[in-house]
Amino acid sequence: MTTTSQGTTGGRHTRAETLLEVTALRKVYDGRVEAVRDLTFVVGKGEFVCVVGPSGAGKTTLLKCIAGLLPPTSGSVVLEGSPVAGPPPGMAVVFQEYGRSLFPWMTVRQNVELPLKQKKLPGDRRRQLVGEALAAVSLADVPDAYPWQLSGGMQQRVAIARAVAYEPHILLMDEPFAAVDAQTRADLEDLTRSLWHRMGVTTVFVTHDIDEAVYLGQRVLVLSSSPTVVLDDVVVDLPVERDQLTTRSSARFAELRAHVFEQVRRAKQERGR
Amino acid sequence: MTADELGAAAATSAAPTPGARPGAAVLRGGNALLGLLGFATFLALLEVVPRLGLVSSDYLPPFSRIVGALGDLLREGGFWAAVGDTVWSWFLGLLIAVTLGIVVGFVVGTVPVLREFTASTIEFLRPIPSVALIPLAVLVFGLSIKSTLLLVVYASFWQVLIQVLYGVADVDPVARDTARSFGLGRWARTLHVTWPTALPYVFTGVRLAAAVALILAITAELVIGIPGLGAEIGVAQQSGAVPRMYALVVVTGVFGVVVNVGFRALERRLLSWHTSVRSEVPV
Amino acid sequence: MSGGAVRIGRSLLALLLLPVVLLAFWWVLSADSTSFYMPPLRTVFETFPDTWSTDGLTEHVVPSVQRLAAGYLLALVLGVSLGVAIGSARRLRAFLEPVLEFLRAIPPTVLVPLFMLFAGLGDTMKVLVIVSGAVWPILLNTIEGVRAVDGTLRETCRCYGIGGTARLRHLVIRSASPQIVTGMRQGLSIAIILMVISELFAADNGIGYVLVQSQRGFAIAEMWTAIIVLGLLGIALAMLLRLFEWRTLRWYRGLREAQRGRS
Repeated sequence: MTTTSQGTTGGRHTRAETLLEVTALRKVYDGRVEAVRDLTFVVGKGEFVCVVGPSGAGKTTLLKCIAGLLPPTSGSVVLEGSPVAGPPPGMAVVFQEYGRSLFPWMTVRQNVELPLKQKKLPGDRRRQLVGEALAAVSLADVPDAYPWQLSGGMQQRVAIARAVAYEPHILLMDEPFAAVDAQTRADLEDLTRSLWHRMGVTTVFVTHDIDEAVYLGQRVLVLSSSPTVVLDDVVVDLPVERDQLTTRSSARFAELRAHVFEQVRRAKQERGR
Repeated sequence: MTADELGAAAATSAAPTPGARPGAAVLRGGNALLGLLGFATFLALLEVVPRLGLVSSDYLPPFSRIVGALGDLLREGGFWAAVGDTVWSWFLGLLIAVTLGIVVGFVVGTVPVLREFTASTIEFLRPIPSVALIPLAVLVFGLSIKSTLLLVVYASFWQVLIQVLYGVADVDPVARDTARSFGLGRWARTLHVTWPTALPYVFTGVRLAAAVALILAITAELVIGIPGLGAEIGVAQQSGAVPRMYALVVVTGVFGVVVNVGFRALERRLLSWHTSVRSEVPV
Repeated sequence: MSGGAVRIGRSLLALLLLPVVLLAFWWVLSADSTSFYMPPLRTVFETFPDTWSTDGLTEHVVPSVQRLAAGYLLALVLGVSLGVAIGSARRLRAFLEPVLEFLRAIPPTVLVPLFMLFAGLGDTMKVLVIVSGAVWPILLNTIEGVRAVDGTLRETCRCYGIGGTARLRHLVIRSASPQIVTGMRQGLSIAIILMVISELFAADNGIGYVLVQSQRGFAIAEMWTAIIVLGLLGIALAMLLRLFEWRTLRWYRGLREAQRGRS
């Protein structure tokens, strides 16, 4: 850890209350494969944190442990003060495989509405939330379409709408744009950021794309390759209003990007890859 | 619980899980053991329940008595003759049905006009239960093997035909157009493009037909009295030889399992080169 | 406009041409038939009202259909519920697999004399026989369908707290429905076969009863009418199932087409 991030970590804790606390997280598969060795970090309420690392780092493992989908071998995940022992309420996840995370026998509207029914919300409230969410992702005109009738980008937007309509306390996104084309990815990145900005939902965004991580996040957690530890916790002090063209061509962006890239590359070399 | 999670995690996680390979083998060994245990439990229940009187042993003899009757059967020449009769009519009927099914299926499947105009007839004839033809078979062919063959071929033919039609329809149009652009004539295209694509379907059809053929062969023997395992069961039932009846039922079950498992194994071996089967091979 | 009419006309032609031609052939070829076993088709048609008048229908068709319906629906409920339970529990499935493989391999008709020991000769026996034969394809296909539920969908449900009955309804059964319907189709043909066989063996009414009685009494034309009625029953039920499938699996067809288009 560099002194810059240590100093800033201390400062940040006094600003926002902690929502998520990951301490000494360790995950070993099959008693043999140590995917994650020691992950410790904190996410404040309303923050947008990106997690980046080389492929094969335990990024998805980390996300699944936070989501309560996978029990850690040791260490703890504490969300809103309570330890996570299974998928906690108030959490929404957007998976990479959008095609497989939407129910193909339900329409777009039904897909977005299903978790709200589970929350036992009354009908009008549900309809309102669904309508707003679909409008927010610009899919208000296809509520009765089936997911397989839509393009990949649109399907992922449905998944995002579903997460957003749920009004979660924390939003987890697992490489959500890895499987879409570059132009769609740019649109979805901007969509994600604007939704976060509007709703103030704490967001943890996992990606292998360093540019994306720096563009989107307020902080970037850099993970090493497996057995994974946190290499660095980089504060992204780019302006709040970000734009694909201007932000990405700014000097500060290039600096931050290079810094993260250097960390990742060093991590790969240390591993002997 | 952990095994399930590992399986789920390994399936959906992007993290490297090379340990999942040996893990999967352990899973399979464990499953086989569980299966053996299940089968043993079943046999134990079969022994204990009649003996305890929960079900009258007149209706359900204990397993040991069934085994005894089975042993007696295996020593009888008549039993083996019956087995031979059943196997022969099954085999012959299957052969005829498969040949007819493949020929008709390919001809109809590759000529779109034929396909279109025969679709309704196939849909009408297919659901007609073959057992409806039993009295007719009895009248026309009597107690000969021809009765059995009529029923077996009629029922099995449709299984093969439907699958072959699916298979021929599944041909990748890109592959077909490529072949045509290389100047391959209709026969060559059928041989080199249509046949390999349809082959897995043909196998599925043969497998389904084999199972159906066995059922119909034994049914024909049971109902009409044509010599074979089915007839033996009928005789045993009429003479009230209950353990013997059960023993014969077990034999037919074993036959069924051999046919099912055998054809599935054959399918895997012969089609291991085909991508659709390859992806199904368990790790 | 005319293009559409031509298309409809052609579809109609394709639907009816061959069946009508075959029927015509049958009629003509058998018209002068002196064969004992194949009376003129005309005679068969003329015998229809005698055997299958409204009385005949209520006396024979209704009991047959009732047995079939009872047995099939029971097999459906049993097969799907057990299938879901077994398919969801990996250990249970491994435990039961060899036993199920063996039991399902027993030719179902063999169960008729077996069940006659237990359950006598009445309707109970027939319904039991139908259940015990039709349940297997439904059960095994349900198990397969439940087993293959997508892992990402499963995780999605866990994340959003969708569990219990809601999960069963919205995830498990819907996801397995294509497989279940395949099992239903196979189960239906087995159910019909068993209905007929059980009536051949031991009944005093029913289509199978008419079938075997007319054969024994050498009432050939009547026998043919029974064959035709059975055929019509089979066709009607298959169409009903096809309709059911068409409505409940619309999403599946769309999904498969989209996948095929994309690959």
